[in-house]
Amino acid sequence: MTTATPALSPRRYFGWSTDHKVIGVQYLVTSFFFFLVGGAMAGMIRTQLLAPDSTLVSAEAFNRLSTNHGSVMLFLWILPVLAGLGNYLVPLQIGARDMAFPRLNALSFWLLVPAGLLMLASFFVGAAEAGWTAYVPLSISGPDGQTLWALSVILLGTSSMMGSINFVTTIFTMRAEGLTFWRLPLFSWSMLATSILVLTATPVLTAGLALIAMDRLVGTLFFSVPAGGDPILWQNLFWFYSHPAVYIMVLPAMGAISEIFPVFARKPVFGYRMIAVSSLAISLLGLTVWAHHMFTSGMDPRLRVPYMISTMIIAVPTGVKIFSWLATIWGGKIRLDTPMLFALGFISMFLIGGITGVFLAAIPVDLHVHDTYFVVAHLHFVLFGGSVSGAYAALYYWYPKITGRRFDERLGKVHFAANFIGTNLAYLPMFLAGLLGMPRRVVNYDPRFTELNQLASLGAFLLAVSVLPLLYNMIVSWVNGPKAGDNPWRARTLEWQGSSPPPVHNFDQPPVVTEGPYDYGEAEARSMMPSPAAAGD
Amino acid sequence: MTSHTIPHADDFRAGRELSLDHRKLGMWLFLASEVMFFGGLVGTFLHYKATLPTPEAALLDTVLVGLNTFVLITSSLMVVLGLDAIQRGRRRGLITFLGLTALLGAIFLGGQVFEFISLAGHGVTLQSSVFGSSFYTLTGFHGLHVLIGVIWALVTLMKAARGTYTAQEHAGVEAFGLYWHFVDVVWIVLFTIIYLI
Ligand SMILES: [Cu+2]
Repeated sequence: MTTATPALSPRRYFGWSTDHKVIGVQYLVTSFFFFLVGGAMAGMIRTQLLAPDSTLVSAEAFNRLSTNHGSVMLFLWILPVLAGLGNYLVPLQIGARDMAFPRLNALSFWLLVPAGLLMLASFFVGAAEAGWTAYVPLSISGPDGQTLWALSVILLGTSSMMGSINFVTTIFTMRAEGLTFWRLPLFSWSMLATSILVLTATPVLTAGLALIAMDRLVGTLFFSVPAGGDPILWQNLFWFYSHPAVYIMVLPAMGAISEIFPVFARKPVFGYRMIAVSSLAISLLGLTVWAHHMFTSGMDPRLRVPYMISTMIIAVPTGVKIFSWLATIWGGKIRLDTPMLFALGFISMFLIGGITGVFLAAIPVDLHVHDTYFVVAHLHFVLFGGSVSGAYAALYYWYPKITGRRFDERLGKVHFAANFIGTNLAYLPMFLAGLLGMPRRVVNYDPRFTELNQLASLGAFLLAVSVLPLLYNMIVSWVNGPKAGDNPWRARTLEWQGSSPPPVHNFDQPPVVTEGPYDYGEAEARSMMPSPAAAGD
Repeated sequence: MTSHTIPHADDFRAGRELSLDHRKLGMWLFLASEVMFFGGLVGTFLHYKATLPTPEAALLDTVLVGLNTFVLITSSLMVVLGLDAIQRGRRRGLITFLGLTALLGAIFLGGQVFEFISLAGHGVTLQSSVFGSSFYTLTGFHGLHVLIGVIWALVTLMKAARGTYTAQEHAGVEAFGLYWHFVDVVWIVLFTIIYLI
């Protein structure tokens, strides 16, 4: 069958499409919209906290804002933005025509949209206010929006599971000839590990949410304390998903920066197999640690120790990754372009988040700082300093692939600087406030925390402003940016070996892979499908 | 760029060292997530069984449900025989055995409805106690899976009647079979923990 390359109309992004590249962009754009919504909620929270006795929002509204800020950021921004990257990149990285189940793929995306709107619509009937953790019995007695919240998260979990079935099946059955698992790009490895974790952990949350929804809708008694219902049971079901969720949200970001370091240091990746396998190790270990969130919840004290130990062990595969990245850039010809800056930002900030996670795993420390701002600081360094930095790095790195255009490097650096300073300014003071005893999720606070809170709010406002150069750059460069060429970073992974943006059918011929993707700077290294830009590299 | 030979999706599958059927792998992954879903519900049931008094458990009719369990296991055998028939190219055999599968599944559901009604007559309902909530939720979610399985069996039967499946190409029957066996195995676990221990 011979036809002319179909013209790619921008309209294809606005409707039902089964093309993984279109779905990828749909995920990216939709999740960014929800990022702005979640950010606006954070802005209101931080404005309220500028003064210790501020009355800008009521206590009730504050609880609704903080609950939905967390839920929107996790379920509607970080998860889908990474799913979007995975959708766009995995088939291209493995030399496939599309995902294994293209229609299921479209369905996963189109579940996200009503689920997100359902969560936002809950503000009209009294939004959820039990925290993103929805602890019972608070979440059983709250306003109607709590039911919508539960249904929304069930839908989002379903979407995420459908996507994961697709990723695992695609990676197992659709790799190009010669693309063995030990030649699989590290981003695809990380999507594989993430998807396995999603399929194991998410259904347990779905079951727990179904119980909450039934308690609220049909009057079952699962979490009714007078009838004998057990609040700790919910905490177990919830954290069985929600601790691994941290890895679900950070592994793909780690995969993305594993692609970026060798390209911008022009060196082979150090410890390729260790980086790949440590993703799987993090997935498996991540399933064994959930009760470290419940040290103060009346669990058997003897059970705390094994959970502390398993939690601390996760630092080992994580450390393997960090040292491999450092060894990759060590002695390389480093180019500090925007993707590389964000990748370095990832390491430095994720490190703070990760190490404070080890502190928190230690039982005596946790008993002291549980439910304080120390925890808030820790999780934001992991998820904002880590996951979001990684997502930014990936967006800049693959921007020329997706659009065929170059973004404005100066604006990218401005965004990086504002984001880096803003993140540290917003969250470092929270460690101090937490250690000094400031509880989280409070609408007013003791005046001795005022300066720390004002610093944090200043950082948050800087973060809000930092989105502007990003938005401007992404939109204007797509329309007006200079043509990027097929492989502007001279990368060796398969997705960069065809034209940018890729044709609808991805590859003109099924590609054949003859070697690993990271042999940068080695004289004999050949690309599998040489392109002019890669020649002489 | 002028023109391209646009490759078919199957061209991309050629030459893989791993000849896994993507539909079957997808089904296995879906079932793995189902195991975890039922794991959450089973854990809830067991937790309450261990920590709360459950006088209602004495009302459970183990004989009736035991017969029902036998019906469901037999239906799994029918799926095996149906798959065997189509592998030998015998379409009529497949249709007959799928029909029997759906029939036995429907009998199981009828038995479950009968059990629910008689328990409700004794005052055990979704809202009567934590035991009632977790009993009906666990068996109800399983019944829902059986219902979906019966509908799927009938759809597969109609496709078989239209000649969709051959001795070489019958992944659709295999995918249904995997699902049905899974539903059967889950029931054996549920029967054991709810009625036997
Ligand atoms: Cu955790």
